[in-house]
Amino acid sequence: MLELKGLSKHFGGVRAVDGLDFAVREGEIVGLIGPNGSGKSTTVNLICGVFPVTSGGIAFRGRDITRAPPHVCLALGIARTFQNIRLFNELTVWQNLWVAQNSAKHRKQRGFLGRWVGGRGEARRSVERHLEFSALAKKRDELAGNLSFGEQRRLELARALAAEPELLLLDEPAAGMNAEEVGQLADRIRSLQGQGKTVVLVEHVMELVMGVTERIAVLNFGRKIAEGSPSEIQANRAVREAYLGTGAKI
Amino acid sequence: MDYLYGLAQTIGVHTILGLSAYVVLQTGQVTMAQAAFYAVGAYVAAMLTTVWGVNILLAIPAAAAVACALAGLAGFPALRFKGLMLVVATMALGEAVREFFFNFDYQIAKGDLKVGPAGAEGFRQIRYFYERGWTTAEVAGFIWVFVIGIMALLWWMDRSRIGAVLRAVGEDELAAQSVGINLTAVKVSAFALGGAIAGVGGALYAHYTTHVEHTAFGVVMATFAIAYPILGGLSSVFGTLIAVLFIQGLLIQGLPILIGGELRNLLFGLLILLAMNIRPRGLIDERVARMLRGLFVRSRNA
Repeated sequence: MLELKGLSKHFGGVRAVDGLDFAVREGEIVGLIGPNGSGKSTTVNLICGVFPVTSGGIAFRGRDITRAPPHVCLALGIARTFQNIRLFNELTVWQNLWVAQNSAKHRKQRGFLGRWVGGRGEARRSVERHLEFSALAKKRDELAGNLSFGEQRRLELARALAAEPELLLLDEPAAGMNAEEVGQLADRIRSLQGQGKTVVLVEHVMELVMGVTERIAVLNFGRKIAEGSPSEIQANRAVREAYLGTGAKI
Repeated sequence: MDYLYGLAQTIGVHTILGLSAYVVLQTGQVTMAQAAFYAVGAYVAAMLTTVWGVNILLAIPAAAAVACALAGLAGFPALRFKGLMLVVATMALGEAVREFFFNFDYQIAKGDLKVGPAGAEGFRQIRYFYERGWTTAEVAGFIWVFVIGIMALLWWMDRSRIGAVLRAVGEDELAAQSVGINLTAVKVSAFALGGAIAGVGGALYAHYTTHVEHTAFGVVMATFAIAYPILGGLSSVFGTLIAVLFIQGLLIQGLPILIGGELRNLLFGLLILLAMNIRPRGLIDERVARMLRGLFVRSRNA
């Protein structure tokens, strides 16, 4: 579904991502892990078109999206969340989801005017559905900036889902969450798979990654150093060294 | 009584000026070019009615269209600038337009009178209302039809998805892009709409003052244009109206009646500072705006 081929991003002399080959299959939940600064977030930003790619290519469903700007990527069906929450704080919870209905499907269904004026019926029901899914229905008229941290994290996920994406890139969705919240997030991610969505999970919280993903890729210094099932990754020597340094005994 | 109608005219055109910047500010773009679009509207409409004898009801949309087109064109290069850079860039555009009108000479003879813009002297004898015997009250009423129309349009926009999208762009461009909003389209459209509104305001301004010149459309007017919506708050169109009432009505017209002399100028600035300190999010902030909305309509989502 998503294919990265020799993807590189250099910031000056820094090779944030360096010749990364990686593929995501339809309906999969894959993890992308690695120590701080290993290029995980940069990879997400490259896929979404936030930064221009230095070299290499990205294909989504066989279509080259290497140079597609963010709004085009979203229209094609790729949505993301941010590592540091980036909500529209001055908009209500409800409006945060409302403005995110921009997929190709939405465009076609509602037409130009319907989309801009806001649409009744289906548009509203769809927002309600996502609020329900993220347990935010009671907060719908609250300003996003007034929500608690956990609620803001949930709203970010809901906002990404409001675009009805097929591929979801989650950039550290569990950062700062307590164990209970991480558990709820894991349930939510699994149920997304049930809805036929494909998820790429960039995460530091290992209990989440090991718990929900089927396959994990490990990055270090912008390169992929390992790929495999969670148990394979846990046993991998190169991965341990990347995280703990060489010579570490566990 | 005529004094009050005159005041209503001033407040009306200044509200339109403020609202033209309101739309652009909502997208997070601080524009100092509104005075330029206002000037374009003023000159285009005045030339149409005075030089070519066009009906004012056609001249106003034409002025809006020209100002809109210019603003749309200005919107593209403006995309590359942010924050202070954009302020400087739009200010430069404003000055360029002002300089253009400083040098703009196009007069024709009409009876024993020469009419049309005459460079530094400005465009005198815009006698459309005068020739048709409109009273001050009628002109004020005419202006307020447009003020109310524009306010209604923006009020509706604020409540529709467009308003939410404009605010989303203003708040966080990266997040807005990532939820699929086309930044270029939204920012340029906001610029164009702001230009069109300024064009209408300029057209009305030219006709009620009967005389425009380039000095009026300088940095001071551009500053007022953004000061109204910033002081009034970007949550509701009523904020801009209230800020205009506060500055034009109370501070400029009201204070001299209450207090004479030097003290007034000092107080002018102090009162604006005070207002901004007490209400840092604008006179009409989101909380008040929601209350206002509640008065008119029961929340659809409640």
